[in-house]
Amino acid sequence: MANEVVLLDFWPSMFGIRVRIALAEKGVKYEYKEEDLKNKSPLLLQMNPVHKKIPVLIHNGRPFCESPIIVQYIDEVWKDKAPLLPSDPYQRAQARFWVDFIDKKMYDSLRKTWTTKGEEQEAAKKEFFEVLKTLEGQLGDKPFFGGDNFGYVDLSLIPFYCWFYTYETCGKFNVEAECPKFIAWVKRCLQRETVAKALPDGKKVFEFVSAMRTNLGLE
Amino acid sequence: MAQVQLFGLWGSPFSCRVEIALKLKGVEYEYIEEDLSNKSPLLLQYNPIHKKVPVLVHKRKPIAESLVILEYIDETWNERNPILPHDPYERATARFWAKFIDEKCIFALWKACWSEEKEREEAAREACEHLQTLEDVLKDKRFFGGDMIGLVDIVANFMGFWLGIIEEATGVKLLTEEKYPKLYKWSEEFVNCSAIKENLPPRDKLLAYMRARYGVSITY
Repeated sequence: MANEVVLLDFWPSMFGIRVRIALAEKGVKYEYKEEDLKNKSPLLLQMNPVHKKIPVLIHNGRPFCESPIIVQYIDEVWKDKAPLLPSDPYQRAQARFWVDFIDKKMYDSLRKTWTTKGEEQEAAKKEFFEVLKTLEGQLGDKPFFGGDNFGYVDLSLIPFYCWFYTYETCGKFNVEAECPKFIAWVKRCLQRETVAKALPDGKKVFEFVSAMRTNLGLE
Repeated sequence: MAQVQLFGLWGSPFSCRVEIALKLKGVEYEYIEEDLSNKSPLLLQYNPIHKKVPVLVHKRKPIAESLVILEYIDETWNERNPILPHDPYERATARFWAKFIDEKCIFALWKACWSEEKEREEAAREACEHLQTLEDVLKDKRFFGGDMIGLVDIVANFMGFWLGIIEEATGVKLLTEEKYPKLYKWSEEFVNCSAIKENLPPRDKLLAYMRARYGVSITY
C-alpha cells in the first residue's frame, strides 16, 4: 500500500513546524495543506472533530492530532532513520517531561507578550525569561537538549524561535542579551537544513501578527 | 533504600494512577506520603520544576508528571500487562485520549461540580459534552484498553472513582446510567478490577474530605 502522508497545517504555527521538522528529519514525502483557521476545511473538521485544530497528520487515511503525539508516532513508524527520542527509557521520560514543560509554560506566557499591554505584559515577560533560564539550565553545556544529537526536545522548542522577533518587538526586550546560551543553541539548530527550511522568516510572522494586533486594538 | 520509591498523596487521582501501574506490573516500591502544605526537601529536590506529586524515583533517578511516569513504567517493566498497545496507530490513539482526559475532561468535570450557580450550567454543558465523547470512544468495549485495562482506563481513574464521590458530596449529578450507560458500566468494572481496587483511597475518608474541605453541608 502506498505511503500516503498529508499534513494539515498553518504556516506560522510552532506546533505545525514541529511536525514539518520531524518529517524532514525522517525524509518522508508528504502533501502540505494550508488551513485557513477562520474558515476551517471540512477535512480538518472531519479529521480532528474533538479539537478542530492543526496540525493534523493523515497517514494512509488515518488522522493523528496533537503535535507531541504526532512526532512520537512519526518516530515509531519511520524508525530506521534519524531517531528523535532517545532509546533509554529514563532519557525518554526526561525528553517527554521537558516537552510537556514547554507546552505548559512557553506558549501561554509568550502569547501574552503580544496580546497584552502594561502590567500584564510585564508579568508575561518576566515569566517568559524564567522559563528560558530554566531551559538554559537544563541544556547546560550540551550542544542540544538531546545531548550530542538534535532530538525531540530540540525540535519541539526551536519552532518558537520564528516568533521571537515578534515577541521582542511587541514586548520591547532582547532575548540574546538575557539568555545568550539559549540563542547559541538556536544558532546550532538553524545550521540543520531541516530546521532552516521549516522555520518561516521571523519578519513575515511579525507582519502577520501586526495585522492581528490591530484587530485586537493593541496597535 | 528501595530501588523504587513513589512520592504521592493519598487522595490524589494522579498519584493513584502510578500505584495502579506499579501494581499491574508487579513492581515492589516504597510509598512516601507527602504533606503538600509542608513539602519534604526530597520532593523539592526530585521535582524542582513543578514541586508536585506524584514523583517516581527509580535507582535514585526521579521522574515527574503522571503521564510521563506511566509510559516509563510501561517501557521499563515490559514483560507483563502492557499499558500501551504495540501498534503505533493504537498507541497514538491511546495517548490522544489520555491527553484529552487530562487537559479537558477532569477540569471541566471538577468545575461543573464546584462552580457557583451561575457558572454551573455552562460548566455542566461542557462536562457532559466530554462525557459523551468518552461514551462514544468506549463503544462496546469492556475497557478503553479493550479486554484489559490500559493507559486510558488508568488516566480515567478520576471518572471511575473520584467523580462519583464528588457528585455525592456536592449533589451534582453528571455521570448517570441513563445518559451514559456504557461509561457508567465501565466505571463499575473499573473499580472492581483487582489491580485498581487495592489502590483506591478509602471511599469514606475521601467523601469526608470532599465535604469538609469545601464546606458542603450534608443534605438528605
